Amino acid sequence: MEDAGFIIGSYVLTFLTLALMSWRVLRSGRRLADQIPDEDKYWL
Amino acid sequence: MTTIDKAPTVQRRSAGTGTPATRILGIITIVSMVWLVAFGLGFSPADRDQEEAVRIMYVHVPTIWIAYLAFVVTAVASGLYLFGRKKSLGWDRLAGASAEIGTTFVAMTLVVGALWGRLTWGVFWQWDARLTTTALLFVTYVGYLAVRRLGGSHEQRARRSAVIGLLAVLLLPLVHWSVRLWRSLHQEATVLDTDGDIDMDGLMLFSLFVGVVAFTLFYIWLVLHRTRVMAMEDMMEDHGLDEALAARRREAATLNGEEN
Repeated sequence: MEDAGFIIGSYVLTFLTLALMSWRVLRSGRRLADQIPDEDKYWL
Repeated sequence: MTTIDKAPTVQRRSAGTGTPATRILGIITIVSMVWLVAFGLGFSPADRDQEEAVRIMYVHVPTIWIAYLAFVVTAVASGLYLFGRKKSLGWDRLAGASAEIGTTFVAMTLVVGALWGRLTWGVFWQWDARLTTTALLFVTYVGYLAVRRLGGSHEQRARRSAVIGLLAVLLLPLVHWSVRLWRSLHQEATVLDTDGDIDMDGLMLFSLFVGVVAFTLFYIWLVLHRTRVMAMEDMMEDHGLDEALAARRREAATLNGEEN
């Protein structure tokens, strides 16, 4: 039972970190993109 | 922090850093992550020695794989910036974005590895060769990221961080071979071994493969977005500097007018 806590905990920790990284990058991308003209965005 | 006036050309409700390609990549990444959870926690068998604890391997190994990949990309991009004919800041941003992701993945490797260590060794941490060199790798790249935040122009930032990016990558062989160079609690590489012999159950190997693919797709997706965010941060910084210079010129012109 103790093993299950560690195993599930390691998955939860990993995926929470990935979600947090994604959210942080997407949020700052949206915030900055609102202030920059589209012609300056090389990816568009 | 710079301030920027809202220009008339500014677009509202922007799509941010996304494109149709990154959206498709994002969906494939999510699907592969679901596969990873299904195989890692469900379909793959328990290990003869480690029993259920082996399931941590399917997230632990891919995290360090991504860290290695990210730091190699940082070094290659740094080299392309330093020695390339066209000193494109795009290479510098790729190096920086990749190092950020790599550093976070090393931190995840250390934390998840500590949980696995508690189950298999009975302790969260040992000053073992592999663990210590991995911690050193983490600290080195935190230093790299700190150097990127020092003041100066974009070119100064790119030049000094490129030098560190090229030097820091030399730690990777030390981390990888540390289990052979010194006596270590940590097991030797099962897949990336020199003899090419993979001593692992087929379904376990497949689950590990799913993990590596899922995390690699995530890395590509995130590095694309982060590089674009960095490009916009640089633009904002340049714009802020232009605004400040224009304000100083206006101020100087007003003062000169009053004197005359």
